[in-house]
Parts: sequence; C-alpha cells; structure tokens
Amino acid sequence: MGWHQVRKAYLAVLQSPLMRVRASQLLTDGSMIGTANRKQNYPSVRACGVLGLLLSAMALLVTSPAPGFGQELVVSAASSLTNAFRGMGGAFEAAHAGTKVVFNFAASDMLLRQIVEGAPVDLFASADQEAMDAASKEGAISPATRINFAANRLVVALPSDSRQPVRSLADLESIAVKRIAIGQPRTVPAGRYAKAALEAVKSWDALHRKFIYTQNVRQSLDYIARGEVDAGFVYGTDVRVMSEKVKIAFDVPTPQRILYPIAVTRRSAQPKLAREFIAFLQSKAGQRILEDSGFAQP
Amino acid sequence: MINVVNGPLVPLLLTLKVAVLATLIVLAFGVAWAYLFARKRFPGRDLLDAVFTLPLVLPPTVLGYYLLVVLGRRGWIGYWLEERLGLRLIFTWQGAVIAASLVAFPLVFKAARAALEGVDHHLENAARVLGATEVEVFFRVTLPLAWRGILAGTMLAFARAMGEFGATLMIAGSIPGKTQTISIAIYEAVQAGQDHLANFLVLLTSLVCVFVLVGSGKLLQRQH
Repeated sequence: MGWHQVRKAYLAVLQSPLMRVRASQLLTDGSMIGTANRKQNYPSVRACGVLGLLLSAMALLVTSPAPGFGQELVVSAASSLTNAFRGMGGAFEAAHAGTKVVFNFAASDMLLRQIVEGAPVDLFASADQEAMDAASKEGAISPATRINFAANRLVVALPSDSRQPVRSLADLESIAVKRIAIGQPRTVPAGRYAKAALEAVKSWDALHRKFIYTQNVRQSLDYIARGEVDAGFVYGTDVRVMSEKVKIAFDVPTPQRILYPIAVTRRSAQPKLAREFIAFLQSKAGQRILEDSGFAQP
Repeated sequence: MINVVNGPLVPLLLTLKVAVLATLIVLAFGVAWAYLFARKRFPGRDLLDAVFTLPLVLPPTVLGYYLLVVLGRRGWIGYWLEERLGLRLIFTWQGAVIAASLVAFPLVFKAARAALEGVDHHLENAARVLGATEVEVFFRVTLPLAWRGILAGTMLAFARAMGEFGATLMIAGSIPGKTQTISIAIYEAVQAGQDHLANFLVLLTSLVCVFVLVGSGKLLQRQH
C-alpha cells in the first residue's frame, strides 16, 4: 500500500499548479518573476505545492520499507569480507527468489556494538573469535548457530612501488620504515591479530610509536595504497582487492589461526532465512566464492 | 578506573590546542578575505564566494578526502612539501589544525563579511579626510565597528573546530597523544564498549564548551 501512496503524492506535487507555473515561467521568459497577474495567484499556488510536498514527505515516513518486495536479510560482516560477501549476496538472491540481502560492512567490534544496541540485523560475521565471544556474552547471538566458515592469513603489505627491503617483523624496526598502518586493536580484529603476533616476538613496544591506527582493515589497505604509510597489517585477501597498488611483503605468523565465525542474531526477524544463508556459505557454491576471493577453508 | 593525568586530559588538551590555533588562523584569513569581498569587486568574486562557503555544506568526509588527495604524500602540495621542505601533514596534529581551519573558515568569513559590510562608509571616509592611512582606517575605524560580528563568527568557528571529527579522522588519523582529538577519542571509546571513558569524555567536553560559550558571551556583552 505504501509505495502507491508515495507515488500518488509525488505525482500530486508534480501536477500541482506551482510546478506548472514555475515550469512555464522558466520556459517563456527564463525567470522566476511572472507577470502581475501571475504574482497575484502566487500565494495560493505556492500553498498547493507546499501541501503536496508535505503530503509526500509524510507518506514516505509512514511507509514501511519495501513492502511486497519479499524478505530482506540484513548481514553485518567484517570489512575484510566486503568483496566476497557482495558476490555471496548476489548468488544467494539468485538461489532464493524474492529475497534481498543487505550488507553492513565495518570493523567487527563496531558491528557488535550496533547489534548490542539493537540494530535490526539478522546475521553477524566477525573476523575473529573475540568479537563473536563478546557478542555471545552480551546475549546478542544464538550460540547454537555459530560456526566458522572461512580462514584467512595476516600479511604485512607495502605500496607496490616501495623499494624497502622488508621481509620480517624485525625489518619493520628499521628507521626507513616510519609509519605502519594497523587496525585499532580495541575494535579491529586485524589489529588484534597483529598485536598478538608482535607481542609474541616482543616487537610491540619498539614499533608502537610508528603505528597509524585505523578504524577497519580496509582503511589500513587504503593508506598503504596511497603511499601514506610505509607498511601495514592487512589480510592476504585484502591485497587481492588492490593488487596493482599494494604488494605482500611477508606473511605474519599469528599465535591464533584467523578464523571467521558467523551466527544468527538473537533478535533476527527471520532466523530460518538467516540459517539458510549460513548453510549457503558452507555449500560448494558458497565455498567457491570465498576461495575465489582468497579465503581458505576453516 | 580512569587515569586523569595521562588519560582523558591528553585528548582534551590536544583538542584545545588544535581548536585555538585553527581559530587564530581562520580569524586572520577570514577577516582578510571578508574585507576584500566587502570592499572590492573583482572577477570571479561570486565563484570564490561559493568556494569559500563550500566547507559549510560539504560533508566533512568529502573535505577530508580532498585534503588527503591534495596534502597526501602523492598529492601535488603534499609531494612538494615533502620533497622540498621535508614536511608531512598527514597523520600529524598540524594536519588536524588544517582540517579544523577548513571547516571553521566559512563561519568567520561569512560573519566578518556581513559585519564589515555593515560599517558606514562615511565614517571611513571621514577618517581618510582627516589624514588616516588605509591601514589606520581599517584598524582604528572599520575593525572596531565590525568587531562584535567578527567575534560572534569566531566563537562559532572555535566551537566548530572543537567538534571537528570527519575530516580530522581522515587526514590526521587517531594516534593517541598526537592526533587523537576528543571527538575521535569519544568515538573510539564508544565503539570499543568503554562506556565509562566515553561518559567521562562527553561530560568533560560539554563542560568545556559551556564554559567557553558563557565566557565569550560575557566578553561580547562587555564589548557592547
């Protein structure tokens, strides 16, 4: 019912005397100042137009989004999943006629905050276990639906025109490397993995003055691609997205494996469809999409 | 619970430093341009006026992107600065000052222009007849008469510079103690679920802003 109302209200505005008068004025004399006769009509004419605009705005407000458009599945996913999940969404929509998959990409902990604060999300896919554990503890997800669906690797990447001989974490301590992009460890899993790896080899304290903290891993990638930093911690899959501008220097050994968990949220309006999406991720077709983006099997 | 000495006060002091410097820069440039606009006609005046108003209407992320492209290591100004002078603005507090100045500029410019245009020409001409030089006319007649309007714009500019977030985050990053201003510290505390820290920072900012507004309001009354 809603869209029909909006359309009607919109047409009413278009057909209102205000629009016609304005259009004809523009056509005839190229100015908004009409003849004296037109000027006299102006106030009532304007009222008509304003009323039409108000009506259409009200119709927009009361309209629920996309009625009769099928189901909508909202997926909050870690930034590093951006490209793989876009492909996944298209394939899932093709396999489930009438379903629309909407994605919300950001650092895992930011998504977690949004879900805890009550964002209408059906699925949560994070880049590390810590974010999902926190979601579980806050009662934001159904733990029974939680499953690891992909694996990744952490790398140190350089701008592709960089000539710096960086081959290990120890090389990052050289004075030639001035700035290193790293996800803010408090909110970005890529930053947490990097921090754990650096603490394991006792390099964190030596390096932390060089760090440029980013809001998500794709921001680190962007800073590397622009050459604003000399190096940065990103996932192997991220480098493939910008392979002309960014190159991998070396793989970072992380104390924990990089595994991506996904779970249905506690407040999901359509848990059945959400579980179908998880099943699709694990299917052959789903795993092929993840592989094409460079993710490994969990 | 909260380390006040080297914790939340650091972003506050940094924010005040950035906002004060940005306000001073904007005051100088804003009044100079406003004077030019109020007194002279020159080609491209309307276009320049639109460009100067742009930071008021463009989203801060757009401004941040422009700054990143222009001042970045591969941007044309950024490249020149680094090659010739060894200066880098991205990820420094100076970069944050530039971001804050950019967003605050139209507020001073608009207010100063209106104030300067409101100054009676006869008074300026009277001063000239009495032998004052152009510089004397500006500082002893025009500026004192337009001062209240300029100060009001400056106050708004300071408030805007204090609250600047988007463009700053994009070009200065969020380096604790160096470029992490209070608005960015609040954002990060909220995202990390550190509600205690966020509450404290929000209260602190609110108090400082109220204090600044009341203080400058008093100053304005006294000018009257």
